[in-house]
Amino acid sequence: MILRGTILPLPDSSRLVRYALAGLALALFTYAFVAGGYLLTVLSFAAIYAIFVTGLNFFMGYAGQVSFGQNAFAALSGYASAVLTSTYGWQPIAALPIGVGAAVIVAVLVGYPALRLRGHYLAMATLALGMIVYEIAVEWRSVTQGYMGISGIPPFGIGRWELVDARLQLLFLILVLAIALLAAYRLKESRFGMALAAIAGSEDAAQALGIQVSHYKLAAFVIAAVYAAVAGSLMAHFVGFVSPEVFGLHMVIAGFMMLYVGGIGSIFGPLFGALIVSLLPETFRAFKDYQDLAYGAALIVILIFAPKGASSLARLLPKSRK
Amino acid sequence: MKILELINVTKKFGGLTAVNNVSFSVEAGEISAIIGPNGAGKTTLFNLISGFLPPSEGQILFNGETITHLPVAVVAAKGLVRTFQLVQLFPELTALGNVRVGSHLQSSGGIGAALMRGRRAREQTAAVDANARELLAFVGLGGREEFGATELTYGQQRLLEVARALATQPKLLLLDEPAAGLNREETDHLAQVIGQIVQRGISVLMIEHDMSLVMNIARKVIVIDFGKKIAEGTPLDVQKDNDVLDAYLGGVDYA
Repeated sequence: MILRGTILPLPDSSRLVRYALAGLALALFTYAFVAGGYLLTVLSFAAIYAIFVTGLNFFMGYAGQVSFGQNAFAALSGYASAVLTSTYGWQPIAALPIGVGAAVIVAVLVGYPALRLRGHYLAMATLALGMIVYEIAVEWRSVTQGYMGISGIPPFGIGRWELVDARLQLLFLILVLAIALLAAYRLKESRFGMALAAIAGSEDAAQALGIQVSHYKLAAFVIAAVYAAVAGSLMAHFVGFVSPEVFGLHMVIAGFMMLYVGGIGSIFGPLFGALIVSLLPETFRAFKDYQDLAYGAALIVILIFAPKGASSLARLLPKSRK
Repeated sequence: MKILELINVTKKFGGLTAVNNVSFSVEAGEISAIIGPNGAGKTTLFNLISGFLPPSEGQILFNGETITHLPVAVVAAKGLVRTFQLVQLFPELTALGNVRVGSHLQSSGGIGAALMRGRRAREQTAAVDANARELLAFVGLGGREEFGATELTYGQQRLLEVARALATQPKLLLLDEPAAGLNREETDHLAQVIGQIVQRGISVLMIEHDMSLVMNIARKVIVIDFGKKIAEGTPLDVQKDNDVLDAYLGGVDYA
């Protein structure tokens, strides 16, 4: 049973906008299947990033915390998959839980002390985590091959069925993304998710109602790490190559852009954000040298008119709330 | 029966003694009130009782059991729940959602239950929802379920905080200035609600500045001034007490 009206409802018109956006996304994926080519690659990246950002949204949007270090978990799992499959010849499906497990362990060990920090202190601590993992990826050459990175990672698959075809790959990624979004939705609407919303609103009041705040924050951090780790592994298999740069600061910045452009705190925000941020630069390809300029300007315009992201675009429409 | 007992409780912040050797007890099933001038240490006292601050010295007993150094959430789980002087609602949630969070202790289930969403979890959600609606109606917020917490008037926000605290099914409810910022009519309504809370078998200890409210509904009044308890008794006794008159009206110069 889904209960309406516990989490602040959006205005009716906003639901329309979100259906429209969801319809657009669906049309886009369908078009890519038919047309094929480069768009398949762009959308596959968008799907992987949407999983990554869904985790970030969990920690920041639902629990009201901040992390600049989610790339660390993507890197851990991505490298685990890379090393186990390409160096040791494991099956991708067997390497994935190892990578995710490693991310969970690190999230618990780091989160336990770090989550006592709030606001920008927590941001700094998590940023440091990302940088530490980056440095390890650069320096631990015997395993990671440093800046060179690891290539020749097989595509994802089970046994003899490898996802070589680009259409199948995208289909598989959409399936994983759908599961990821469903899980996020169920968690958000549950007793667990309500406790996180309480912590985001007022830690003092949450405690006073008997919510073990540190326990719940840690759980949210670990969940975000699981999402990041799954995305990291998928990325490694999809690109076939990992290097420190793949999971570098760029990933953090892209993740944040997608989160805010799509709409922080909403279930589909990460998906919209990932699509917009992945597709916008392509749209401005005709601008040639000015591509980045146009892209940056477009992002600013989006955030001026929809400060809560694409899923809040309804604010532009006349308000029709009772 | 004493539901709450403070024994020689002291709280020092560096050189400042905010609460100085205070002892008193609260009887179960009654409304008690702490009064005193601004800065007397009343809210510090509440923070000590609810576990937000550890006392420097002394002991706090709840139902005869020491809770002196327990974390806030554990104290709440034992049935001692507070509200705040400055309302602390969850702005992302509706009125109903706020009260549902209050049922946290009365429900169970974590990540697994959320993902599986089995029959038990669904039944529990329905029960929590029904209970939350009942409590909103109880405090007089029926029909406001779907409002955002911050869309309510200030008086309604205070009532919402009370409903949310009641959802924890407390044994003792600490109300920190529940009538602050309310008009006469709202205060009268609040007095009724507090009276009904006690009828539900919940004891109430409140900090309050509104003297007529305190004198009307409290069975016992504890007066604090400069961190010390200067009087304790029925509202009538306290009103006649010379120390209390001094504290409120300033020392009388007989020269």
